[in-house]
Amino acid sequence: MLRFEHIGMKYKTLTGYTEALIDVNFDINDGEFVTVLGPSGCGKSTFLFIGTGLTQPTSGKVLLDGKEITKPVKEVGFVFQDHLLLEWRTVLNNIMIQGEFRNLDKNITKVKAMELIRQVGLEGFENKYPWELSGGMQQRVSICRALVHEPQLLMMDEPYGALDALTREQMRVDLEKMWMQKKNTILFVTHDIDEAILLADKVVILTPRPGRVKEIVPVDLPRPRNMAVKESGEFLALRKRITEIFTEMGILNED
Amino acid sequence: MKNEKARADGGQKSRQIRWLKFLNSLKESMPSIFSVGGVIVFWEILVRFFEIPSYILPSPSESVLAIVQYWSAIKSNMLTTLYEIGVGFGATVIISIPIATLISYSRVFEKTLYPFMVFLQLIPKVAIGPLFVVWFGFGSMPKILMVFLLSFFPLLMDTVAGLKSLNGRLYYMARTMSESEWKFYWKIKLPNALPSIFSGLKTSISMATVGAVVAEFLGSDSGLGYLLLRANGDINTKLLFAILIVLCLMGMVFFEIVELAERKLIPWHVSQRVTDKKAR
Repeated sequence: MLRFEHIGMKYKTLTGYTEALIDVNFDINDGEFVTVLGPSGCGKSTFLFIGTGLTQPTSGKVLLDGKEITKPVKEVGFVFQDHLLLEWRTVLNNIMIQGEFRNLDKNITKVKAMELIRQVGLEGFENKYPWELSGGMQQRVSICRALVHEPQLLMMDEPYGALDALTREQMRVDLEKMWMQKKNTILFVTHDIDEAILLADKVVILTPRPGRVKEIVPVDLPRPRNMAVKESGEFLALRKRITEIFTEMGILNED
Repeated sequence: MKNEKARADGGQKSRQIRWLKFLNSLKESMPSIFSVGGVIVFWEILVRFFEIPSYILPSPSESVLAIVQYWSAIKSNMLTTLYEIGVGFGATVIISIPIATLISYSRVFEKTLYPFMVFLQLIPKVAIGPLFVVWFGFGSMPKILMVFLLSFFPLLMDTVAGLKSLNGRLYYMARTMSESEWKFYWKIKLPNALPSIFSGLKTSISMATVGAVVAEFLGSDSGLGYLLLRANGDINTKLLFAILIVLCLMGMVFFEIVELAERKLIPWHVSQRVTDKKAR
């Protein structure tokens, strides 16, 4: 279980301090899919960085299975906003780097990498270079890299932000399918309301900067969430509710 | 059986491809061949038509013949110069990459070194040459030092730039995988800097030749720079041109070696990709 306790984050700037996060509290249970939804610049990414120990919060603490995180945690896979593939490595070798850094057995990692490549539909592309792939394919490779060591916790920082709507939808469906098989814990940051609802077991809504938890909305829609779910009354009601929260916070204006 | 046939077909195909590539590169270099060839022919005609004496301007054919005529002198002096360049440039490669690494990691180190680097960049290095002769005499040491001094900074600067031009998020990505700084440097930071390092190497190797010849001018009893001065003193202009041609060829060979290494080591880089001609 990952627990955020009274997390606060301040940045030093030229004119003084900017507060990015104030008193953020919530829990992520094992095997849970949690999305963090908030407007641009509300400290969503900071949140993931704190959750993996890449950044230390200025106040409060993060507990992973009861232990406080003080340095980067290892049981994690991280998917960044940009794919961050190394242009001198092929698709396969970009995934293999995870094993090289962690000193994992090369042959086993390779078998797992090839299996992941097959699962995300990139068979035959394993020896291509990143620049030979489309944006969606690049992000798929980046997801494979984050999964190849089979981490219990997967952090995703607006991974589909740079993709077109059609690719996004496909990636969402694929991610859900994968998660339903693996049942790992996923913390997924997004600014897309539909995406947040359709992926999540619960949606954590953050306020504009400085970010606080505005509300935690449980999502109890049947999985897999296909077209029928997207048109169901429950989904539309959830969307309406979240949209209202944003309107109330002054992020969405009706007129 | 089937495999063998496929392999034979593959072999033939790759031979065909190589031939086509060769023809294509020939076609690509046609304009260069014509422009350079044109200038040489024009020069030859000019010298012959106006009967310019060879001590003022020898014709290209005379210059090339001079290479053959003076080959033994050129060869032994060329070996001296090659040695100086080899050692000086080798020192540059061995020393500047670690220093660039230190600079890229430590602000304090960078600030400490910076004044010296600016000073050494600004000072006309050729002007220190006579001082080297006073300190180290007429042997190869002052030449090697001059080669090193001239070739060191281009490589250092480009390597630093390359090591610093890294997407900051890659550092975080590496941190989620391992705490090893060495792995981050060896597997991400250094390969990422390779294109810059190669562009530095290309500038460096050209400077290295300049350094060797200039240092030989200043006080020497062998080397192509020394032979050049002697040819000049004897008003043996065709030998002078022969040496210039040899120096040019040497420079071209060095440059090609660096380029070859570049093609082998960073086939993935933008500059090496085979792309649509129209896109260029």
